[in-house]
Amino acid sequence: MRNRTFLFAQAIAGAVALSASAVQADIQYPVNNPQPKEGQYVHVPPTMEDLEKTEFHPELKRVIRRGYDLFMNTQQLRGKNVFNSMNCSSCHMGEGRLPFAGPVWPAAVILPNYRPKNDHVNNLEERIAGCFSYSMNGQPPEYGSDDMIALAAYHQWLAKGVPIYSSGKNMYGRGYPKLAEPEQKMDYQRGKKVYEENCMICHSSDGSGLVQNGKEVFPAVWGDRSYNWGAGITRHFTLSSFVKHNMPLGQPNTLTDQQAWDVAYYINSHERPQEPRYTGNVKETREKYLDSFHVHTNYGLKVEGRLLGDHKNTGEKDFLKPDVLRPRTYTAD
Amino acid sequence: MKKYQCMTLIAAGLSLAISSASALEGDAQAGKEATVMCVACHQGDGGGMNIPKGESWPALSGLDADYMYKQLQDIKSGARESVTMQAFVSTLTDKQMRDVSVYYSQLPAVAGKGGEDVTEEELAHGEKLAMQGDWDRYIVPCKSCHGPNNQGAGQHFPGIAGQHAGYISDQLHAWKKGKRHNDPQHLMLAIAERLDDNDIRAVSAWLSRQPAQ
Ligand code: HEC
Ligand code: HEC
Ligand code: HEC
Ligand code: HEC
Repeated sequence: MRNRTFLFAQAIAGAVALSASAVQADIQYPVNNPQPKEGQYVHVPPTMEDLEKTEFHPELKRVIRRGYDLFMNTQQLRGKNVFNSMNCSSCHMGEGRLPFAGPVWPAAVILPNYRPKNDHVNNLEERIAGCFSYSMNGQPPEYGSDDMIALAAYHQWLAKGVPIYSSGKNMYGRGYPKLAEPEQKMDYQRGKKVYEENCMICHSSDGSGLVQNGKEVFPAVWGDRSYNWGAGITRHFTLSSFVKHNMPLGQPNTLTDQQAWDVAYYINSHERPQEPRYTGNVKETREKYLDSFHVHTNYGLKVEGRLLGDHKNTGEKDFLKPDVLRPRTYTAD
Repeated sequence: MKKYQCMTLIAAGLSLAISSASALEGDAQAGKEATVMCVACHQGDGGGMNIPKGESWPALSGLDADYMYKQLQDIKSGARESVTMQAFVSTLTDKQMRDVSVYYSQLPAVAGKGGEDVTEEELAHGEKLAMQGDWDRYIVPCKSCHGPNNQGAGQHFPGIAGQHAGYISDQLHAWKKGKRHNDPQHLMLAIAERLDDNDIRAVSAWLSRQPAQ
């Protein structure tokens, strides 16, 4: 009915951009995502409506639908695999399809591949398990379980048509692309002001979000019900880019880069559940994963008079590290 | 597997799980008395009226009290323009505005009207916008802000399920035309301006047919 490639079209140079901006003439909150750079690979992931129109086996359609449902409403696994207020879609905005919002399809064509975070080759299920363990502060569904296969199938569906082992470095809007370095050093007080003026109405003054009639409405940005200290989004450059391109909800790209860095720093200066790779000593853990990760976080640093991450609080779960997070050697035993 | 204690956390989680009840203080009985001027339009049961070719009167029963109080203040100050309402609100004192808001918030919701004359396709489109949105046009699902069943979330995001279709549509058009601009951070404007006439018709009809509570 309408042009579903609107967002992407808007970003593509030439005649398409002209016609899109004509429609947008008197719009006060245009989406304003960056344009694709010369030679960048632009993929418009298919929708769930497109799925219904395929010739896929009905049983496959059902499993992909199940994966979609788990991705959008991961809270159905609360207390089993999820121990915070998040859904996958809380960070992978818009059904995991949107550029600059951590679209998930790249993982389906880039993996198996080497990942510095755990220093071995990971496949798609292991990548998903990573987000369960850190971002959802949880316990991943078993590899090969129904839920895992359904989730992986949804990712693969979104990647339909993308050549396997395409270059991950050249994809338009992949991940949360790093913003330019802030002009001024990130600042807690400025970040607090940005938060209070733009975010607090939903995520609340204490970062806990909003629960209405027992249902999560706005996810927690810090505290026990948020992601843990090992989550990728605790890195300032990741969070600032997420915020810039996706928040306040419905008004992407309205904050300045400086505001995005400051508010990311402010959020990252609060407590959250312990890093699953915690050794028992926060300084030691920070050092151990410094170069590959914590050089970009406030974990194990003293901010506003508090040493962050110096506790045994694992949030709503009663374990530190899921068993499935383990080293691999790929050598004969 | 290493076991870590989470004693305080479970307790904290539980207390957080309790939804925020309306904090507004007011005297419902006094509020009821002050509504003598309001019932002509908003009706005795607070259910309002859908008026197909004219200005609909919103249902107020069951709406969040803080939200209503803010609207009354905004209408009085002119931040929300309504010629119809202005005359009535200007006669209310601040205390009366609180009282009527508390009174209406406590009345049981009445079913919305105005969503009868629509096709199945329109209803399906309306449901999609309300529950899934249309991210390719950056239309965030209504439920992301208005609560899981669009029955409201906290004091800033009013329930829109079970509201009259005519009123929902009037308000969405009002935002688009720049007539309503009192929404916090223009959160609603950003969404309304991405909706076209078909979207508005469909989503208003679908929402009006949903339970308000
Ligand atoms: C708290 C935010 C958050 C939540 C919740 C979250 N993720 Fe992620 N996810 C991230 C971040 C950050 C990255 C890394 C993006 C980057 O590379 O910059 C990521 C990356 C991924 C990737 C790899 C994408 C790529 O480009 O290779 C996949 C796949 C993924 N997540 C799946 C999931 C699934 C499935 C869930 C739900 C079980 C989930 N995520 C929940 C933040 C989150
Ligand atoms: C209108 C309500 C609203 C406002 C305002 C808002 N957010 Fe969000 N935020 C959400 C919702 C809802 C999600 C989950 C996304 C989804 O489900 O589509 C979210 C997700 C997030 C996340 C990832 C999940 C998590 O809880 O950590 C972060 C971080 C975040 N928002 C930060 C911010 C910041 C910073 C601001 C202010 C600049 C902001 N938000 C303003 C509603 C809001
Ligand atoms: C002549 C009909 C009429 C009368 C009488 C009337 N109203 Fe209204 N009311 C309306 C209309 C029409 C609107 C919608 C205004 C707009 O479009 O912005 C409205 C809106 C409202 C709203 C905002 C509802 C929302 O969901 O945002 C409140 C609260 C309200 N009225 C309360 C009252 C009270 C209290 C009285 C009595 C003191 C009253 N009204 C008398 C017609 C009336
Ligand atoms: C990003 C958050 C957000 C989203 C998404 C959103 N709204 Fe709203 N909406 C608001 C806020 C905030 C208000 C209250 C404005 C005020 O306080 O004046 C509001 C108010 C309204 C009202 C006026 C209610 C009344 O009683 O006067 C209607 C109608 C409405 N929204 C419809 C919708 C529809 C339909 C959708 C989905 C297509 C939607 N909204 C999506 C934030 C949102």
